[in-house]
Amino acid sequence: MANQQLALDAVFHALADPTRRAVVQRLGRGDATVSELADPFDMALPSFMKHITVLERSRLIVSRKSGRVRTCSLDRENFGAAERWFDEQRALWHSRYTNLDGLLAKLSGADDAG
Amino acid sequence: MRADLQFEFLTDKEQRTLTIRREFDAGRQLVWDCHTKSELLDQWFAPRPLVTKTKAMDFRAGGHWLYSMTTPDGQEFWSRLDYRTIDPIDGYTALDAFSDANGDVNPDLPRSNWAVEFTDAAKRTLVTTVVQYASADDLQKAIDMGLEGGMASTLERLDDLLQILISGAKG
Repeated sequence: MANQQLALDAVFHALADPTRRAVVQRLGRGDATVSELADPFDMALPSFMKHITVLERSRLIVSRKSGRVRTCSLDRENFGAAERWFDEQRALWHSRYTNLDGLLAKLSGADDAG
Repeated sequence: MRADLQFEFLTDKEQRTLTIRREFDAGRQLVWDCHTKSELLDQWFAPRPLVTKTKAMDFRAGGHWLYSMTTPDGQEFWSRLDYRTIDPIDGYTALDAFSDANGDVNPDLPRSNWAVEFTDAAKRTLVTTVVQYASADDLQKAIDMGLEGGMASTLERLDDLLQILISGAKG
């Protein structure tokens, strides 16, 4: 449970930053190397790599290294699919049971009154 | 949800299970009734903002519950829960399936087994539900369906956001 919550938090955290949103947008047009992705930004490469790491941890993107070149792509297949589905299921049961709390309170109250 | 009520949601992808453990501030008989009488199920089973409506209920081993969950814009999702074993007021097992309004099961959609247990916890009741998908393929189907947005979820907003980001890049 905690892991799934963390996975979702990671996605929101990743998308909260304008540089990382721009990287996701750029990768929407196709794969790109880290230096291509970094090019539009006035930022030292180590700082830029931190953004890439955040995106990878959130499972929004994947990267692979060939020689000295690291190429990134959107993790379209995944986007953390299973984790997000588990989160949806958790939200479903949470909502359902909150309804049940209300019904039980109503029925218990009716019993007390009767 | 009240913060003092225990809520655990555990997932095990290899075992294809969801385990939901939740405490309720009521006696076991009342909590059991809410799980097994359709007029009560109709009042809580669908997550907000969906509404539950029972079409048929035959709560006995071999019987089934046929119900729909309806979205605010009128889209209906039909399901049936076939009861396998019933042990009042300790628990029941059932087979969950997607169906149509006539209760005909769609064999292409994932099915899961439910085992629901009711135990006393001081003056409260603890309900443990274990949902197990029949196969890894069924679990994957359920995940894929979820991503198509079959159910109401705040996470749809996240899908929307990602779509806007990505289609914006193309435009």
